Formats: sequence, C-alpha cells, structure tokens
Amino acid sequence: MTVAVGIEPLVAARGLVAGYPLAHGGRREVLRGLDLALRRGEMVALLGTNGSGKTTLLRTFAGTLAPDGGSVTFDGREIATWRRDALARRIAVLPQQVDLPAGFRVAELVAMGRAPHAQRLFASTADDERAIARALLDADAADLADRPAEELSGGERQRLLVAMALAQEPDLLLLDEPTLHLDLAHQVSLLAAIRRMRDQRGLTVLAVLHDLNLAAAFAPRVAVLDQGRVVADGPPGEVLVPDLVRRVFGVAVDEALTPDGRRHLALRGI
Amino acid sequence: MRAAATTSPRFVARPSLTRAWLVLGGGGALLLLALLAAVAIGSVGVGVGETAAILGRRLLALPLPVTWSPAAETIIFELRLPRVLTAMLVGGGLAMAGTVFQALLRNPMADPYIIGTAAGASLGAIIGILAPVLLPALAVGAGTAWLGLGVVQLFAFAGGIGTVLLVYAVARANGRVPVVTLLLTGYAVSSVLAAGVALLMFLSGRALGAIFGWLMGSLAGASWPSLAFAAPLLAASFGLLLLRWRRLNVLLLGDAQAAHLGVEVEREKLILTMLATLATSAAVAISGTIGFVGLVVPHLLRLATGPDHRLLLPASLLYGAALLTLADLGARLAGGIPVGIVTALLGAPFFIWLLRRSRSLVSGTTQ
Repeated sequence: MTVAVGIEPLVAARGLVAGYPLAHGGRREVLRGLDLALRRGEMVALLGTNGSGKTTLLRTFAGTLAPDGGSVTFDGREIATWRRDALARRIAVLPQQVDLPAGFRVAELVAMGRAPHAQRLFASTADDERAIARALLDADAADLADRPAEELSGGERQRLLVAMALAQEPDLLLLDEPTLHLDLAHQVSLLAAIRRMRDQRGLTVLAVLHDLNLAAAFAPRVAVLDQGRVVADGPPGEVLVPDLVRRVFGVAVDEALTPDGRRHLALRGI
Repeated sequence: MRAAATTSPRFVARPSLTRAWLVLGGGGALLLLALLAAVAIGSVGVGVGETAAILGRRLLALPLPVTWSPAAETIIFELRLPRVLTAMLVGGGLAMAGTVFQALLRNPMADPYIIGTAAGASLGAIIGILAPVLLPALAVGAGTAWLGLGVVQLFAFAGGIGTVLLVYAVARANGRVPVVTLLLTGYAVSSVLAAGVALLMFLSGRALGAIFGWLMGSLAGASWPSLAFAAPLLAASFGLLLLRWRRLNVLLLGDAQAAHLGVEVEREKLILTMLATLATSAAVAISGTIGFVGLVVPHLLRLATGPDHRLLLPASLLYGAALLTLADLGARLAGGIPVGIVTALLGAPFFIWLLRRSRSLVSGTTQ
C-alpha cells in the first residue's frame, strides 16, 4: 500500500472536551482532553468500548457537536468557522441511525447525497449523475438502485447509506460502524471498496469498528479510545496486543500467528 | 465489485419525466377547467364560451366583440372571478402549507393549522368581528377599511402569524426546536386560544352567526381588495417554498443527516415554518378556517407522485387550487353553504377510504 499521505493534518482534535447537556442542568463530558489528527489520505480505525466517546468524536469531526473545550480544526480552520454546506461538500458521515422516508427509490436517496453540490434550482447536472452512478457501484448497491428503500434488508440499507455518503464525493469520510448488519462477505467488500477509494482518490477515512481483527486487516493505523481519551494509537500490530485488549475491554485474548505469518487475536473462550 | 462495473449504467435518479408532466399537466388542465366552470356556473347562467370571452377581453385585452349584457359582465368579473381566484389561492396555499408541515413535523396528521395558526387566526377574526359590536366607538373606524382591507382579515392574519411565532419561541430550548415540543406547545397554545374563542362566542349575541360562518370557512366575502392583500403574500411564499424542495427532501432523513448534507437545520426549519405559516395565515385571513384541503391533498398526491418535493410542492399547489375551486362551486350550488362544510363532508370520508387503501400513508418512515 503506497499512498501519498500528506503532512498537514486534514482534521485534528487537540485537547478536545465535548459532551451533552444533562436533563437537570450541567453537562456530561464524554471526551476529556482528546488528541487525534488525521493526515490527508490516512485511513484510521477507531476502537473502544461502548460509551468511550467514538460517536461523540465523529460528531465533533463532522461539525455537528461543538467542543466545550480544546479545538477541532478541518483543513487548517476551526471547524465552527465553516459554513454547513461548505463542510458537507468536504465531509460525509455514515451515522448509525438514519430515518429513511418511505416512497423513495434507492437511487433517489443516493441522489440526496448531491444536495450540498446542487448547482441548478430544479435539475441535476451531468456531474451529479456521474457521482451517483459511481457511488452506487462503489458501495455495491447498483443492483438496489430501483428498489423502494422501505423494502431493503438491514445490510442493503447500510449499502444505500454508504452510497449516499460516497455521492457527496467527500475528502473525509466518517463511518460509524459501517459494517453493522453486514454479513462477512459484505463487510469485506465494503471495507475493500473504501480502501480502494482511499488509494485512488486520497480519501481520508475514520471508521468506528468493533471487530479488532477486521480493523487490523483493514486499517494501517488504529486508535483506541477509553473514557474519552486516546489510549493507544499506531499500526495495528503494535497497538492491538493482548495486554491492551485486557486493559481496555477487560477481555482475555491470545495472540496467534496464521500459517502465512499474520497475527490474529483469538478469544480465550466464553 | 461484484456488481457489473463493466458497462457503467446510467441510474435515473429523478422521478420519471413522463409522470411529472402527466401530474403537472393534468393539474394545470384540471385547474383551468375548474376556473371556467366555476366562473360560468351560478344562479345566473352565462355560457362557457361567453365566460371565456369576457375573461379574455377583460384580463388579456383581447379584441373580442361584446355579445353579452353588462349585467353578465358584472357578475362574472366583480362577483364570481374574485371568488374563484380566492378559492384557487386559498386551496393552493393550504395544500402547499400542509405538504410542508407534514414533511417538517414528520407527522401524517399535520395540516396547515397544526401549530396554532387556526386558533390564532380565529381569535383574531372574532375580535375583529366583535370589536365594533362591543365597542361602538370603534364602529366608525371598523367601517373604513385599511388598504381596502377589513379589520377582520387583518386581525386574522396577525393572529395566525403571531400565534406561530409565540409557539415557536416557547418551544425553543438550547437553540433547538424539537418536533414533539413544537407539536405539544402548538396544541397547548391552541387550546388556550380556543377557550378564548368559545368565551367570545358565548358573549357575542347577535354576531354569533357571522362568527360561525367565519369559523366554518367561507369564500362568500371574496373581493378584489382582499385578493390584492393576500395574493402577493401567497405568491411570495409559493415561490420561496418551491425553491426549497431539496432541503425539504433532505430534512426527511432526520436532523442529523440533514446537517451532514449541508442543511443549517434549525434555521431552515424556522424559515420553512414561517413561509408555510405566511401562506396559511394569508389564506385564512380571506377565507376563514377551511378544513381538510391541507390534510388530504398532500396525502393524495404523495400516493400519486411519491414523496419527492420537487414534484409534490407544485402538484399540491395545482390540485389544492382546483379542488377548493370545485368544492366552492359545490357550496354555491348547494344554496351558499360555507365551503368548509363541503370540504369536511366530502374530504373526511374520502380520507378514510384513502387510509384503508394505503397503509404506507401512516408509516412516515421505515425503520
């Protein structure tokens, strides 16, 4: 994998504190002084326990959750100074939860990914059509194009949402559990497609994943969150060791080598 | 990947053009027919050809020979035409506002009145009706119209807009206006105002009939001056709403995803709410609270055209206008009953039939 990775960070959090208001006043801080920077063309898997702040971090990177402390910059500028539509032309998000309105076909929903690029009042452009077709193919959703969205299975929905994000033609792709609901074949083909796009177009990717082995196979760099901080960050071979898995997840695993010499984490039994 | 990537196919990502032309062309034709029929038909018969000629001569300045009596021209031009145009504007405005509120609130029960417009406009109108009765000193002032507009219309308009502004301000917390809070606040404020309406009706005495007629919704008071007031407001909100179809579509995906797609969500929701409220209040000011048009037309069209607002918004304008024009024709033919009674009598059973036919009507989103 020889990809030119930039020097300047595309998106960076420094001393980031962020959270949500409590029902009775005050705030619950989920991120507590987090540092993480992604350079252009980097592909990073984000790991951590439930509630460790993975989704909150994606929200601050997407600019939809304002930091309570520290800073988030995108392309060198404080993210709060970006216009919402300008940001949407550069950053696409695959959230865990999206309302899919009834009555739209898949291709129509994917076309909504072009909204931030809209140039004409009532029509789409040739660029739009091209981006939509390519997004459908890249997300392995071309066969779904004419299906009504409400008839999709969980896995097909996920491919539709990935296609919608790709139609935005972003520089930064934020994926919150992209492999959710996908069977093994579709998990692999989706992550392979994302890696291909990163290789071909220099897409920068931050993906929340839960499967440690999948993360290790997919990403050249993994960052592990624990209680709102990055506790480990680096190549999967150095980060994902049994000791860290025990400390962060409280689960005992063994490290094994496959016959061709790749490292693998195996559960010690349930 | 495994999909045939060899012959990059074109994916048609827009509603079929044929369907769009059918829907909009059909709506336009229906509207034109409704216009001619509603102007031609009435207690004094004027032929359709003659009606078209009168309209052509007066509106388009066509050099047509005058083959009709001056009385016919007065009836067509001073009585029926303003009434029919009012029906078209009000019907289109209510249907379009209903479409917007149903999308914005993601609630199939939403109609243009749902967050307080109707209650506010009603209270305003009733105060306008009663003011000269309760305060005889005002009677002189009420007789003189402001900008050719009656006190009732003006108060109704201000009541509708003011109530929605109040509801919106109350529902706002931490810079956000959650849909559920907005709906509940609208319901609560409407209830208070409805109590005021009931109290004033109880105290109204001889004016009760006028109040009742207004509450039922009637186009009998239509006139050129009231059209001149409402038409620019409605036209402006139509234009601005039509331009926002893309954002309305994206908002259907939920607030978070709409933000990811570049929509400034809270600002956009406020703009859309106020534009739809402007259309509703202008419509209600010149017609009273006509029910069901704003609820049924959007649902009916969503079944025919799908949920894409690029087609849904202009279609709701055309079909809402045609529908209310025909309903008002029916109301006139039925001895001049308020048109609100006709829309409720025909609209509600039709809506029930529609509900039973289509389950997807109530399932706003798939999960």
